[in-house]
Amino acid sequence: MSEAKKEKQGFSRRKFLVRAGIGVGLLVGTTYCLPIRRKIAETINTAESPYLGSTDEPQIWFEVKPDNSILFHCPKVEMGQGTFTGLAQIAADELEVGIEQIQVVHAATSTGNIDQFSTGGSTSINSLWMPLRELAATMRVMLINAAAAQLGLEASSLSALNGVVSGGGKSITFGEIVQAVSEWEVPDTPPLKDVKEYKYVGKPTPRVDLRDKVLGAPIFGMDASLPDMLYGSVVRPSGIDTKMVSVDVSEAEGMPGVVKIVQEDDFVGVVANSYVEAEAAKQKIKVVWEAAKKWDTFNIEEAILVGKGNSTEIQKEGNAKKLLAEGEEGLIVSEYFSPIGAHAQMEPNGAVAYVEEDKATIIMSTQVVAITRKEVANRLGFKNEQVIIQPTFLGGGFGRRLHTPNAMQAALMSRAVGKPVKSFFNRKEEFQNDTFRPPTHNVLKARLTTDGRIEAISHDISSGDVMFGSPLLPGILQKLIGADLGAWRGGMIQYHGIPNYRAVSWRVKLPFATSWWRSLGLLANTFAIESFMDELAEKAGKDPISFRLDHLTETKADVRLAKVIQRAAEAASYRNTPADGRAMGFACSTDVNTPCAHVAEVSITDGKIKVHKVTCVMDPGLVVNPDQVRAQCEGSIIMGLSAVLYEKMEVEDGALYPVLYGAYQIALMKDAPKEIDVILLENDDVPGGVGEPPMGPIGAAIANAVYRLTGERVRRMPFSAK
Amino acid sequence: MPTTFTLNGKSVTVQADENSPLLWAIRDELNLKGTKFGCGKAACGACTLHVNGKAVRSCSYALKFAAGKEITTIEGLSSGDELHPVQQAWMEEIVPQCGYCQPGFIMATAAMLETIPNPTDEDIDNNIVNVCRCATYYRMRKAIHRAAEIKSQTT
Repeated sequence: MSEAKKEKQGFSRRKFLVRAGIGVGLLVGTTYCLPIRRKIAETINTAESPYLGSTDEPQIWFEVKPDNSILFHCPKVEMGQGTFTGLAQIAADELEVGIEQIQVVHAATSTGNIDQFSTGGSTSINSLWMPLRELAATMRVMLINAAAAQLGLEASSLSALNGVVSGGGKSITFGEIVQAVSEWEVPDTPPLKDVKEYKYVGKPTPRVDLRDKVLGAPIFGMDASLPDMLYGSVVRPSGIDTKMVSVDVSEAEGMPGVVKIVQEDDFVGVVANSYVEAEAAKQKIKVVWEAAKKWDTFNIEEAILVGKGNSTEIQKEGNAKKLLAEGEEGLIVSEYFSPIGAHAQMEPNGAVAYVEEDKATIIMSTQVVAITRKEVANRLGFKNEQVIIQPTFLGGGFGRRLHTPNAMQAALMSRAVGKPVKSFFNRKEEFQNDTFRPPTHNVLKARLTTDGRIEAISHDISSGDVMFGSPLLPGILQKLIGADLGAWRGGMIQYHGIPNYRAVSWRVKLPFATSWWRSLGLLANTFAIESFMDELAEKAGKDPISFRLDHLTETKADVRLAKVIQRAAEAASYRNTPADGRAMGFACSTDVNTPCAHVAEVSITDGKIKVHKVTCVMDPGLVVNPDQVRAQCEGSIIMGLSAVLYEKMEVEDGALYPVLYGAYQIALMKDAPKEIDVILLENDDVPGGVGEPPMGPIGAAIANAVYRLTGERVRRMPFSAK
Repeated sequence: MPTTFTLNGKSVTVQADENSPLLWAIRDELNLKGTKFGCGKAACGACTLHVNGKAVRSCSYALKFAAGKEITTIEGLSSGDELHPVQQAWMEEIVPQCGYCQPGFIMATAAMLETIPNPTDEDIDNNIVNVCRCATYYRMRKAIHRAAEIKSQTT
């Protein structure tokens, strides 16, 4: 076998770790890694998401226990997206065990099997689809071979089912097999099963964390505690673009329950006996903050306009620039805006930290285990190996936990008092110190031919940073990538049948942190493009569905998109004219290789937009868990609806507001559509992303319906209808 | 001054400041973590529990008001191995995603069903006003109707 082929096939024997241990049975792991830069470049090039695993050894993936249960140390964190369940299904099918035998836990840095990059970007199932199947299949063959030796039978006469190897009238459990083996023979990666043979993959398996979540089990970072633990609270600025110039802790020191005031160069915090005491004492710490400038919403809206930042052309076909510059006549121009958005995840950011003389333990919700560890280690002057990060279930991620300096702050407070310290944001701090969804300005221009086709189109996307400035993207890669692909996500023209098209990304530096928010630029960029497509269809005198289809080609991506468009229009019985006070709006997008189309059915009463029904057709390729893919569609639709109808952060007198739920309006039960009809197509043989793609079209679908009711185009999020 | 109340059927006494929120006494002194902290201002409902059978947002409910009362948290909602009808319905409909807000919703729903055993969609809209950022509302609504059905069959 050639070297190249070997690498493609998966795990090399050399790197396959097998270890027998007392009371454990068998630990199986491996490194599955390419150099990280090559992988990132590969990701950008193909839009596939390779798994960016750790190169540390050992990496424990599975433990087979004597009672025949299997512990799966999962490198991806569970934040609601259902990844634990999907990955357990995949593992169970290749291992030949019942899914109930598998207990999925978060891999900690102590078992090595942590993701070097992040959990996010709708990549978990896609990136682990091959590696996890190969690993599990190899492990199954190892177990069968060991059983053959123990039972005195040929391996070929044995088969595995539900964690039991049987044949020749004999049977033995995986748990029993591993008890009797100390030396393991590692075979070449066996052929994988046909997907049709899978028992769990493709079936609506209930979530593995369902019962814990219904019982209120203590599974989140906020629920963690350690013996003798104290509570820390960090003073965080209300204002943006501020520097701490002086601190007076004299009054705080005398507050009840205070153990220590911890002052560092970049923050001040208080450690006390209880959360309530720590919060009360913090209010008495007097910090003088100096702001470079008192920003307000007007300044931000000015700054974000197309033309203000630095531009990079991200897409070019034909000669759109020239064609759209040739005079005003026949030129169609529209613009759209989106505001600053907050993550507002329900579980505040926090950490439990315990720093001892030569090691640190951090228990927390994080999407970036490896980066959190590195930041803590650097700040404490420890080596990476001295820092144990134990990830927990996340009470929502949405991109907010890709930035975790709070771990380091908790660690410093713990070191200062010599005891474990738990520290977390209060809600006001969450709202004012978020890494926000950046505001955007989108300008679209087009020219139609005399027979009503798009001759040329351009899309200018101006946004604050998403990926740039993130610790996830080293500076050197920014140069390689050129433009912030988080900001322009969803901004490329997807109608490849248009002869001339162009997209330009404008980068604006804002005075507050902006970053990844579920689906990144997809929601706002699709709102712009797909609203514009409806405008163009009307100007061309065409039906919006056939107009879209007319501009797609025969490429695989375009055909998949065309199929979801057609199916959504059919399933919703899409119509252009309102009936009984309700109108329909259509929109579609493709994100991480997953095309999705929505039809929203909308009414307006006293200026209030109400979404009654959404028909969602999505083609994520192979579906591992139809029930959870549906759940992601339902959640994305309602969260997206919330963002486009209600959510907006304002900048007033140098600070971001509001600071509480309610004032920061989020969709509630009463706002959720009563009908959500999800139809899944599977026009690809690998699983694509599902956690973000269904958010893409929801804004434009609602906006296009609103237009049909009011005759006025919606140009700004959050929408209003007069 | 110590505060004594009944928690999930057992008498408990806590030493915390009687003006501090009940939430923290339950989470940090009595070590029941199912009742969540979301906002601290009674705006999100993650901390919902029952005080004498009524849904209360415990982050903004002073400990002293709990004195002598019956407090039920998510940990005490089911009896033995038998899940409460609301929890059963939540399992059937596979409602939770991240799961953080779910105990609050389950407690709010359980309290509502005591006074409105067969809620309409409008009843649900008016009474279940917690925040779920994963936006699991679509399944929750189905689960609430299902819970009402299960409850009517078992009582």
